[in-house]
Amino acid sequence: MKEDCAQITDNPGIILCMQDIFKSFPGGVRANRGVNLEVLQGEIHCLLGENGAGKTVLMSILYGLYTPDSGSIYFKNKKLEIHNPKDAINNRIGMVHQHFMLVETLSVAENIILGKLPPWKTLNNLTAVHQKINQMSTDFGLNVDPTALVQDLSVGEQQRVEILKVLYHGADLLILDEPTAVLTPQESENLLDFLRQLADLGLTIVFITHKLEEVMQISDRVTILRDGKTIATVNTLDTNPKELARMMVGRDVLMDLKKKEGQSGEVIFTVEHLLVNDERGLPAVRDVSFQVREQEVVGIAGVSGNGQSELALALAGLLDCKYESMTLNQKSINKHDLSNLNQLGMAHIPEDRQKMGLILPFSVSENFIVETYKNEPFSKTGFLQFKKIKNYALSQVKKYNIRVGDVDEDIAHLSGGNQQKVVVARELDRRPKFLLVNQPTRGIDIGATEFVRQQILAERDSGCAILLISTDLEEIFALSDRILVIFEGKIMGEVIPEDIKIEEIGLMMAGTKIEAA
Amino acid sequence: MDWVTLQTKLKKFLRSAWTPLAAIPIALSIGAIVLYLAGYDPVQAYSAMWQGAFKNRAAVTEVLIKATPLIFIGVGLAVAFRCSIWNIGAEGQFYMGAVASTAVGIYMGALPKFVLVPLVLIAGAAGGALWGMLAAYLKNRFGVNEVVSTIMLNYIAIFITGYLVTGPMIETAGLFAQTPKISENARLWRFLPPTRLHIGFIIAIVLAILLYILIFKTSVGYSIRAVGINPDAARYAGINVKRNILLAMAISGGAAGLGGAVEVAAISYRLYQLISPGYGFDGIAVSLLVNNNPLGVIFSGILFGALRSGSEVMQMNAKVPSALVFMIQGLVVLSVVAFGVYSYVSKVKEE
Amino acid sequence: MDLLPSILFLQSILAATWRMATPIIYAAVGEVFSERAGILNIGIEGVMLIGAFTGYATAFASGNLVLGLLAAILSGIISGLIFAFFTITIKANQIVVGAAFNMIGMGLTGFLYRAFFAEGQGTLSLKTFQTIEIPFLSSIPFFGEVLFKHNIMVYATILLIPLAAFVLYHTAFGLSIQAVGEHPKAADTVGINVFLMRYLSVIIGSSLAAVGGAFLVLAYADQFVEGIVSGRGFIALAVVVFGGWSPWGAFWTSLLFGVFYALQLRIQTMPGVLIPYQFLQALPYLATLLVLIGLTKRRIRAPKTLGVPYK
Repeated sequence: MKEDCAQITDNPGIILCMQDIFKSFPGGVRANRGVNLEVLQGEIHCLLGENGAGKTVLMSILYGLYTPDSGSIYFKNKKLEIHNPKDAINNRIGMVHQHFMLVETLSVAENIILGKLPPWKTLNNLTAVHQKINQMSTDFGLNVDPTALVQDLSVGEQQRVEILKVLYHGADLLILDEPTAVLTPQESENLLDFLRQLADLGLTIVFITHKLEEVMQISDRVTILRDGKTIATVNTLDTNPKELARMMVGRDVLMDLKKKEGQSGEVIFTVEHLLVNDERGLPAVRDVSFQVREQEVVGIAGVSGNGQSELALALAGLLDCKYESMTLNQKSINKHDLSNLNQLGMAHIPEDRQKMGLILPFSVSENFIVETYKNEPFSKTGFLQFKKIKNYALSQVKKYNIRVGDVDEDIAHLSGGNQQKVVVARELDRRPKFLLVNQPTRGIDIGATEFVRQQILAERDSGCAILLISTDLEEIFALSDRILVIFEGKIMGEVIPEDIKIEEIGLMMAGTKIEAA
Repeated sequence: MDWVTLQTKLKKFLRSAWTPLAAIPIALSIGAIVLYLAGYDPVQAYSAMWQGAFKNRAAVTEVLIKATPLIFIGVGLAVAFRCSIWNIGAEGQFYMGAVASTAVGIYMGALPKFVLVPLVLIAGAAGGALWGMLAAYLKNRFGVNEVVSTIMLNYIAIFITGYLVTGPMIETAGLFAQTPKISENARLWRFLPPTRLHIGFIIAIVLAILLYILIFKTSVGYSIRAVGINPDAARYAGINVKRNILLAMAISGGAAGLGGAVEVAAISYRLYQLISPGYGFDGIAVSLLVNNNPLGVIFSGILFGALRSGSEVMQMNAKVPSALVFMIQGLVVLSVVAFGVYSYVSKVKEE
Repeated sequence: MDLLPSILFLQSILAATWRMATPIIYAAVGEVFSERAGILNIGIEGVMLIGAFTGYATAFASGNLVLGLLAAILSGIISGLIFAFFTITIKANQIVVGAAFNMIGMGLTGFLYRAFFAEGQGTLSLKTFQTIEIPFLSSIPFFGEVLFKHNIMVYATILLIPLAAFVLYHTAFGLSIQAVGEHPKAADTVGINVFLMRYLSVIIGSSLAAVGGAFLVLAYADQFVEGIVSGRGFIALAVVVFGGWSPWGAFWTSLLFGVFYALQLRIQTMPGVLIPYQFLQALPYLATLLVLIGLTKRRIRAPKTLGVPYK
C-alpha cells in the first residue's frame, strides 16, 4: 500500500501525510518499517497497536524527538523537516506525552510560557497570560487555575495543563500518547468529551491507544500498526472491535516448541485481591486474584502499562501492595515475608535485567552469586571462595551455553542475550518451586530467545510453578498452559491457548471482558 | 600461577593504573608552568622537593610519618566511596577519634601499657566510627544528603574539640589551648630512633591490607560494593542496603578515627586545636587517585606524604612556597576525573 | 539602669552582623543559582579564595579598588567556566570536582601570595572601601549604628537580593534555570538549552562567590592572608539549604548565622559567660542538620536533579 504524499499535496483535506517512515535504534530494534499515515483535517484519528508496533516512535518523529532514517513528512501540503520539538511547535504541531513534561514547582502559567519568551523578558505582565488561560479554561470547561502550582494538581488536572500548553501556543494538530493511561474512568470520559469539542472547532487530533473501546468511542478513522508497519486505515463506522483486534494482533500464533501436555499438580502459589499502586501512587493493579500450580505455566498477557510491572515488583517485594491473602507452598505469606520470598522458594527473572537483575561492572562470576554469596560454598566464615565461585560460573556457562570470553570479565561486555542467560541460569539453578518471569526475551537475539523459552518449559516439566508475564503474544501462546489477560490492572478473562481465537485475545487485551471459557 | 594468568593480571593492573600514573606527571607539568610564570625554576623547585623527601633516612621517615594519617583516612574513604557514600566528613571523624583516644590516654593513664595502647586505639576507632554512623543514620532514616551532613559534622567535631581543649580538658587553665600529655603507657613505640617513625605506620599498612581483603575477598565487601554500584539490584537480590551503608560509614569513620588516635598517641602525645591540618580532604584525593583501592592508597598516601614533606623542605631551601602542593593535589584529582570519563566514553564507543 | 549595657551589647553585635554576613550572602546567593539549576558546587571555598587573592593583587598593584573588584569577578567567571566544563560537559562527579577546586584554590592562592607578597617590602595593606555613613539615617540611635554605617559592598547586598530574586522568579531566564534543575527533560522539550542554562548558573554562582571573597580583602580586612576565607564557603552551602534555595532565604539565614558568628567572637573576650563560645560557633551547622532532617516533611526541597548530570 504505497502512499505518495507528494501527489496528495493539493488536497487540502489531508492535513498530514507521513510516507515510508523507517526508524531503527541501536541494538537492532526496527521500530518503524515503512509506515504510512494519512490524517484528514479536523478528524480524530486513532493510532492503534500493541507494544512495539511503532506508534509512539512514529509520533515522536513527527514531534521532532527523533529523526527518521528515511521517509518524508508533509504537513498542510508542505514538505517538512522537523529536527526538534521547537520546529514542530513552530509548525503548530503539539504533543502530550505519557510522562508529562511539566515542572512541578512552577505554576501553571509559568509552565505554559516556559521557553517561549526571550531570556530577559520579565514576567510582570503575567496578567495577560493569566487572562488568556482563564479564557481558554472557561471556553473548554477545563477549570485550570493559572496560578496553581503543578505539584498541587491531580494527575487529570496536570494533563489538562499539558493540553492547554499546546492550545495556548496554537496548534492545528494535537497528538496524545495513551492519555487515558493515567486517568480514572470519569476523567477519561471528560477527556474524550473535551477532545471531541476541540475537533468540532477544527483541530485535528491524533490519539495513540491500545484500547478498542476508546477507538470506537471517539475516532473518525483509525490506522492499525503492527510490527512497525501500517496494516490498514479504516473508517471507524465501517468496522468493529473484533475486526480491529484481529488486525492489531493478527499473527499466526504458532511456535512449535513441542510443548508436552501439562499435568498440573498442587497449587503452589495463590493470591487473592491484590492491589498495587505504582510509583506515583496511582492504582496499577486493581484487584487481581489467581493461582499457579506445579508443572504449569500461567501466562499474563496484555499491552505493557496495564499493571504487569507493578504486579511483578509487588511479588518481588519491591513495591508496596495490599492483598487479602497470599500463599506460597501452602504457607501463608505476610507483608514481612514478601521482601525475602527468595528464601522461601521463589525465583524471579526481572523485566529489566540491567537495572534489577545484574550488577553491571561486576564480573560474570560475581553476578552468578548475587543472591547466594553469603552462603556456603561461595562463602566460608565470611571469605569469598573464589575458586568455587569460578567453577560454579564455568559449569553454569557450559550448561546454559552462554557465550563468554572469561567468566571473570565485566558482564557488561556480554550481549543482551547472554546477559539474560546469566540471569536465567542463576534463578533456575536455585530449583525454585515458584518462578516469576517478566519479559524474559525482551531485547535479545533469536538464538537466546529460543534457548530461554526452552529452559522455561524444561523447568515447568520438572515440576515448577511458573508465572509468565509477557507482552509478546507469540511467547505467551507458546509457553502457557493457561492465559490470563490483564487490562488496566484487572484480569479480563482466562483462556486456554488451544481454544482461543486471536480476536478474542485481542479484544481482552484492548478492554473487553469475556466470560470465562 | 602460570605465565598467561600473570600476563592477564598485569594487563588488568596496568589498565586501571594508567590513570593515576598519567595524572601525576600532568599535574606536575601544570605546576611547573605555574612555577615558571611566577618566576621560579621548576627544575630547581622539584628537585628540592625530591631531595627533601628522599635525601636520607630522616627525610624518608618523615615522609612515612606524614603518610600515616593519609593512609588511615584514605583507606576508610576507599570503603565509603566503594559504597557510593560521599564521606566528606573524614576530617571530623579524625577529630572525634583523637578526642576519644586522648581522653582514654589521659584519664585511664594508670593502666599498663599492653592494655592501654589497644584501648586508646580502640577508643579512637570507636569515636570516629560513631561519628560516621551518625551521618549514615541521618541518610537512612531521613534521606539527608551525606555530603552536606558530613560537612556540617566536620565543623561540629572541630568545635567540640576546641571546647574541650580550651575548657574541661585544658592542661593549664588560661594558658595554651591543649590537653595534658597522655600517659607514657599510651604512647606508640617509635621503633627507629632517632627518627620519629612509629608503629602507627605499620598499623596503617596492616589496616590497608585488611580493608583490601575485606572489600575484595569477603562477602561483606561484596555486598558493600554491590550496594555502591546498583542499590536497586542489590535490594532485589536480598541485600540490606541500609545496613551496608551504616557499615561502610562505620568502617570509614573508624579508620579515620584510628588515624586521629595514632596521631595523638605517636606524634603529638596530646590533643590541640589543629590536630589535623586538613587530612580529611587530602584523603579524598589520596583515595580517588587510586580508584578507591586500599592497597593503592598505601602508595598514594606515601606519594602525597612525600609531596607534603618535600614541599616543606622546598620552601626552606628553594624558597618556593609549600602551598603549591595543594594545587598539585587538586590538579591530580581533576586529571584523574578527566581520564576516568575519557575511558568511560571510549568504552561506550567500542560497543 | 542595667538595660543600657545590654542594649549597647546588642547594638555592637548587630552592627557587626551585616558586615560579617556579607561575604556569605554573596556566596550563598550565587550558589542558590547554581543549585537551582541542578549543580552542587562544594568548591565555593576555593572560588572565594581565588577571588579574594585576585582582588587583592589587582587592587594592590593598581591602587584601584574597583579594578580589583572587577578582576575578582573575572576570576570567578573563569573558575565557573572550568567547574562547569568538568561537571557539565565532561559530566564528572560534582563533589569530586568541588573538592579539587578547594585544594587548587588553597594551593594556588597560598603559593602566589607567598611568592609575591610575603617577603614584604613595605606595607601590604590596601586602602579599603571606607565606611559610608548615610547622612541623617546614621544618627538614629541604635539603628543608625546597626544599619547605616557600612561600606559600599555591604550596602550592595541590599540591592543584590531583590535583583537576584527578581531574576530568578520574574524573568524568563530565571524560570528556565528553575526548570533545568527540576525537570531538565521538560525544559529540553520546549527548546531550552539545558547545558547553556547550567553553565550560566554556575558562572553566576562562582562570580558572586568571588565577589564575596574579594569583599574580605577589599573591605573587611585590608589585605590577603592565606586561608582568609576560613570556612565561609562551606557555611554558604549550609545557608542555601537552611534558606530553602531562595535568595531572600539566603539573606536572612546569612544574617542569622552572622549573629551567631558575631556573638561567639564577643563572648570569647568575656570571661564568666556560661555558654562556651564554640557552641555558638557550632550552632549554624547544627541548625542546618536539623533543617535537613525536617526537610523530608516539608514542601521546600532541593531541586530534583541536584548533583545529577544531564545526558
